[in-house]
Amino acid sequence: LGRCKILMNKGSATLSRCITIRLQTFWVQAQNPPLTLQFPMIQRCVTCYEGKVNRASWENGCAAVFAEALHLGNLLVRYGYIYPLKEPRALQLKPDESPYRFQTPYFWISTRWPATELDYAIYLAKKNIRKQGELMEYEKESYSQLHKRINHTWDFVVMQAREQLRASKQRRKADRMVLECQEQAYWLINRPPVGLSLGFLFSSMFFLFYSTLALGRNRVKSSICLEGFVKYSEQYHNQDPIMHGCLPSNPWISDDPAHWALNADQVSVPTRLRVERWSFSFMELLNDSMGRKEFMTYLEKEFSAENLCFWQACEDLRHGETSKIVQKVEEFLAPGAARWVNIDSKTMDKTMEGIKHPHRFVMDAAQMHIYFLMKKDSYPRYLKSELYKSMLAKAIVPQETKKSVFPFMRRQRHSSPSPAKVIATATEQDGQGAGQAGANSSAVSQV
Amino acid sequence: AAAQSRPSALQSGESLATLKNESDSLKKKLEEERAKLHDVELNQVAEKVELVSALSIRTRRVLKGHGNKVLCMDWCKDKRRLVSSSQDGKVIVWDGYTLNKEHAVTMPCTWVMACAYAPSGCAVACGGLDNKCSVYPLSLDKNENLAAKKKSVAMHTNYLSGCSFTNSDMQLLTSSGDGTCALWDVESGQLLQSFHGHTADVLSLNLAPSETGNTFVSGGCDKKANVWDMLPCASVSCRLYDLRADREVAVYQKDSIIFGASSVDFSLSGRLLFAGYNDYTINVWDVLKGNRISVLFGHENRVSCVKVSPDGTSFASASWDTSLRIWA
Repeated sequence: LGRCKILMNKGSATLSRCITIRLQTFWVQAQNPPLTLQFPMIQRCVTCYEGKVNRASWENGCAAVFAEALHLGNLLVRYGYIYPLKEPRALQLKPDESPYRFQTPYFWISTRWPATELDYAIYLAKKNIRKQGELMEYEKESYSQLHKRINHTWDFVVMQAREQLRASKQRRKADRMVLECQEQAYWLINRPPVGLSLGFLFSSMFFLFYSTLALGRNRVKSSICLEGFVKYSEQYHNQDPIMHGCLPSNPWISDDPAHWALNADQVSVPTRLRVERWSFSFMELLNDSMGRKEFMTYLEKEFSAENLCFWQACEDLRHGETSKIVQKVEEFLAPGAARWVNIDSKTMDKTMEGIKHPHRFVMDAAQMHIYFLMKKDSYPRYLKSELYKSMLAKAIVPQETKKSVFPFMRRQRHSSPSPAKVIATATEQDGQGAGQAGANSSAVSQV
Repeated sequence: AAAQSRPSALQSGESLATLKNESDSLKKKLEEERAKLHDVELNQVAEKVELVSALSIRTRRVLKGHGNKVLCMDWCKDKRRLVSSSQDGKVIVWDGYTLNKEHAVTMPCTWVMACAYAPSGCAVACGGLDNKCSVYPLSLDKNENLAAKKKSVAMHTNYLSGCSFTNSDMQLLTSSGDGTCALWDVESGQLLQSFHGHTADVLSLNLAPSETGNTFVSGGCDKKANVWDMLPCASVSCRLYDLRADREVAVYQKDSIIFGASSVDFSLSGRLLFAGYNDYTINVWDVLKGNRISVLFGHENRVSCVKVSPDGTSFASASWDTSLRIWA
């Protein structure tokens, strides 16, 4: 059981592969006479494996071990290594006094016995004869279907069934019953009743549905995708502190948080890397609060600032409190609303329809339209503008901090105000900006 | 919409066998379609790229304080704080830089498998065996009991395996052992959307940055990674999928690696992949060339979670050895 646990995440195939010879021997021995176990024993095995073999954890039955044992045990039952004596069809490990048995290795799915239709037919035929026709509904259906499908070998099936039944009658009653339990458990795993295979049913239907969608999907050539990915990693190489280092130094290594102070949300002069990043994509520009501010300044010069205001307002709507949704949407509807912008009629119709029942995503279509408008038109022009170019020119490139002369002297690590505190203080003192969530180091000289 | 729609009722007379045949033939067709556009391998494209120069990544911080296995962690947007959760039910908020513990919460359940920091930095979400995901506003008053203001947001029918805030404090995405993922409104606790499509436990989820909205990927015990519009349970190999090419483009594995990887994250440029394994190590892979650059030792038990910090200056790892480490 311990070995099973190591790789239980890998699923049935590996699970069974890892049940060692020693365990196999033990399990074979547990057949004769059949060892009946209950959940508490499984839990104890798990505890032992944990290495915490002390009285406390044995008797404690603490929640953690309980959870692990239940999870592992359920896997073992689901894949047929342990089977329940009561309610065999439930295939579930119950953490009470319900009895379970070890399945004999012969019937493990890892032995990869083909479990063909022929085998199943023979099994059902035997059961049919033994129970004089009293099979479960789903078994009756399977039996009749099999009869149709492999009709040509039916004589063989019946003959085999009769032979096996005759041979088993020669055994002691106790042995025969054990074998019947084992066999039944095996077939419950390999040919689950329709109710249990509902999972398979749903998963195949989902698969069919998604595959049909997937077939129709537009795919892009590998060469284009992969080139794109290579380009991305090259473009961002200098921005990646672990690949390229960062200036003046990586705070985690040097204990100097200057890098964070220089890159705080609001600084008077941003770093060059930061400003360069705005040119990578429109999303990068908008994700940076300073970038957004600069872009807004540019748009004001172009008299198209209402686009960005609209976009921002839509963001607030999406991420704000539910209670304020209606209020914010109404701001869009107010006559002569400065927030209402030029969108195409189709999008407008769709939005007006949605506004009848305002919800968080009601402005999505309109917001998307404006986003792409700015991306295709204003953004490229901004990157060519004097405003951007001058920002890039005066951006800081911090000097690299040389490694400390006395590396064994650790600098004091200063704490920073908690973001929660920052926002609380900001709302208290209106207008006055509270400190950034950065550290209190002095500025580094400009190059 | 695709995620939510249910299959229509079976046509009468259709048997499972026919369904299986149809599945198989569709699978084959899909493979053919994908292969048509597969004109080059990743390592061919990466030939012209320079090798990664030697990295000297070392542990820079060790965060000690949990009493039992650390199962999950998440960074705060301020690039230095983080939240971690452990098997003993404790959730701790740290300033990773100073090693100060700033907040601690004791959950009513053990095995807190998921935790997340809110984008504003004002709250954390966590959950596990209680089948719920709760949000705790971070109080500024040291004496206040955080549990008092706790808000139950998500309810599943099995354990919570992952949680993540979408772009705002108002929405929470969760994944669960009940096989589903769900999107919740934090304020009202309302279920906004439910994602069914896994046939077994969902173990993890991750949001993708996107211009057109929120996409996320979930990985489950059914060995599938599903991409949803609004990774793998522990597998020995790490795989890279390109969504536009609609295929797997690289596999990161070595014969010497026999233990599964529990968690991965990319460096800021996407060139490096950090993967935490069950053999207590972290492997650093060159995503483009496909080779392993280095192995990082330090943890004394399984690595459960690996995440790169928001500005890419470091990455953190959480482990069953009860500690967290920050590497740079």
